[in-house]
Amino acid sequence: MSDAEREFLVALAGNPNCGKTTLFNAVTGARQHVGNYPGITVEKKEGFHTLNGTRIRLVDLPGTYSLTAYSMEELVARDFLVNDRPRVVIDIVDASNLERNLYLTVQLLELGIPLVIALNMMDAAAARGIEIDAAELARRLRLPVIPTVARTGKGKDELLAATVGEATKDRAWEPLHVSYGPDVDPALSEMEKDIRGSGFLTDVFPPRWTALKVLEGDEQVLGKGREADPELSRKLEATAARVAEHLEKTLDSYPEAIIADHRYGFIASLLRNGVVRQNRKADRLYLSDQLDRVLTNRFLGPIIMMVILYAVYQFTFNYSRLPVELLESGFTVLGRYMESTLPDGLVKSLVVSGIIDGVGGIIGFVPLIVFMFLSIALLEDTGYLARVAYMLDRVFRSFGLHGSSVMAFIISGGIAGGCAVPGVMATRTLRSSKERLATLLTAPFMNCGAKLPVFAMLIAAFFPERRAVMMFVLTLLSWSAALLLAKLIRVTILRGPSTPFLLELPPYRLPTFKGLLIHTWERTWQYIRKAGTIILAISILFWALMSFPGLSETQRQAFDAKRQEVLRQAPEDVKPDVLGRGQDLGTASAAAWRDRLLAVDREEAESALKHSFAGRIGTALEGITRWTGFDWRLNVALLSGFAAKELIISTLGTAYSLGELSKDEELSLSARLAADRSWNPLQAFAVIVFIMLYAPCLATVTCIIKESGTWKWGVFSMAFNTAIAFALAILVYQGGLWLGVGT
Amino acid sequence: MTLVPLRSMSAGQKGIIAKVKASGELGRRIRDMGLVPGTAFQVQGRAPLKDPVAIRIRNFTLSLRNSEADYIEVEVEEPA
Repeated sequence: MSDAEREFLVALAGNPNCGKTTLFNAVTGARQHVGNYPGITVEKKEGFHTLNGTRIRLVDLPGTYSLTAYSMEELVARDFLVNDRPRVVIDIVDASNLERNLYLTVQLLELGIPLVIALNMMDAAAARGIEIDAAELARRLRLPVIPTVARTGKGKDELLAATVGEATKDRAWEPLHVSYGPDVDPALSEMEKDIRGSGFLTDVFPPRWTALKVLEGDEQVLGKGREADPELSRKLEATAARVAEHLEKTLDSYPEAIIADHRYGFIASLLRNGVVRQNRKADRLYLSDQLDRVLTNRFLGPIIMMVILYAVYQFTFNYSRLPVELLESGFTVLGRYMESTLPDGLVKSLVVSGIIDGVGGIIGFVPLIVFMFLSIALLEDTGYLARVAYMLDRVFRSFGLHGSSVMAFIISGGIAGGCAVPGVMATRTLRSSKERLATLLTAPFMNCGAKLPVFAMLIAAFFPERRAVMMFVLTLLSWSAALLLAKLIRVTILRGPSTPFLLELPPYRLPTFKGLLIHTWERTWQYIRKAGTIILAISILFWALMSFPGLSETQRQAFDAKRQEVLRQAPEDVKPDVLGRGQDLGTASAAAWRDRLLAVDREEAESALKHSFAGRIGTALEGITRWTGFDWRLNVALLSGFAAKELIISTLGTAYSLGELSKDEELSLSARLAADRSWNPLQAFAVIVFIMLYAPCLATVTCIIKESGTWKWGVFSMAFNTAIAFALAILVYQGGLWLGVGT
Repeated sequence: MTLVPLRSMSAGQKGIIAKVKASGELGRRIRDMGLVPGTAFQVQGRAPLKDPVAIRIRNFTLSLRNSEADYIEVEVEEPA
């Protein structure tokens, strides 16, 4: 093969916070592709780099501390290594935190895969007075060790040259033998011999590694083994049980504990006598620790945290307001243009209400998502997010959640006015799966920006003297609902002990601008691509539900006759002006007649809505919703609110013959409802409770499906939330009726 | 030298890990982070609600819940 055609598969492994992603970005630049590993939500990043005609296909493995089978990330990393067999693994090691980082290195060496070590953050290590003899370490490990500073790109070229050099050698895997002491070693050798003899799983794992994993009780390897060779599996497991029993009796310890002890012992002897020199006193207080004294202080910590979280919220929603508004008005202009150019009829209605509104709904979220990811990346890369989790864990743990859950709640509308779409996406910072699912299922209970106009309209109509108090009560209510329901979910369908916390508090660092931009862009693009198709399809479905079947010919004729009747009564001199509807021409008298004509149009729209599939569903639902006092109008509006909560007001407007209402016109609806005798404060409150809690909007459900990796959780959130909302609305309404409040 | 559970240690106190009593996932996680017998560390502080606790070990800072710290026995100079 000529040099020009060579391509090597190289994997990037390392601990979280070791600068792995920074190095990946530095090497691949913008030429990277982000996807998911098949069937799960762990991100898979791939990129390319060409060096002297050799192409390196670089795969960024998830950051892990170890290669056990406990977390999705570790399994993914491990499976990739043994199944895809990269030619070389670049193991990134944080030089300022060498011992713990080498723990993963030892496990990679035990697997035997060809390794190149990037001794990263040499600058941070030097600043802490740590001096490392890379050449000596390389000599002892017998593999290339290249000092790097990923942030500045220092050492990158040497690293790539060494990687290509190793890849060219194409050597076989040579597993490292670590001694595990007199209690484990004999059993290990015995098992290794049996495994080698019968070729047990040797197509994927080295024999000694398999034996080690059996001793550690690794679920994945045990499972695979029982499938491949049940008899040998039993024998190996019996040996492992014997070792475990012996260790328990003599040392009061476990095999995996002994194994870990010896691995750290191996690392200690590796670094002893001349590899690492600590020049200053180890317990000196560094800048990062000094910052922690203030930022996690008992009194100052929570105050500063509130300020920072509020600032993030303000940043996300204020700075995205302008682009969101620009996009919205862009789509409005486009809609108007289509409205005026296309001929009246179904096609026009489909384009304007189905497609443009649907696409606008997706694109409208984009600036929000950009700013949300930017601020989260900032908090994450500086190391502050870990402190937030640290400070709030005690609170959130009581509800079966995790300290990191707070971000998702706040962004979803924990400070009223957020949005659940970026909120659900923000749960990516949570590594433990049960807590993460519980968070993303309950974040949509928060009061997002689209629910607020509906609340504001109802409050203005029924609680005009207590606006501020009511908004505050609603915020408290949504937090209580989210936390209590999270608890409910965690003791029922997501039952189980909390995932170990054990959170590293990385030193504070200044993030790189390039890294922030790359993160933000790739995640946003994923959203546009995935959400786009589904949301568009369902928004067209909703349009169809609300447009078909149209009024019958006789019904339409009846409305036409009504219009003719209005025109007949109008004085001759204003008629031309009356017919020029929609234009601001003519006298006050003409305007009055025009309004009468419009009233007929609106009445027609109302009966068309009632006649549509959505209207029929709404009417049919009255049988159940009488328990909460909802009539067909409200039912249709709530149904449309599933497509997007903003639609609740405009649909209610149509249903009450007020015409399609824009956001500024909600006052007329407010006045209309206040005057309606079937409405009262109790009814309004029941509606508010229902809207706060019922099925998340389509965009959110799409994100829940995408983030949880299965459509089941999307369906669950619709059914569960609606059931809870309905139950509580009944409680409020019937309870209120019984007590005689608010009627 | 006295043996105390990590939970009972106060901020600033130093100690050497004597024993990790946890097995299974928790035990594995604790050991993966370098908390093995013989390792020296210092309690850095506690979260505002007294839980979790942050310790300085092997040149990095690790926080763990009190319920997790219960599994770790520490050798200290004097009882806290």
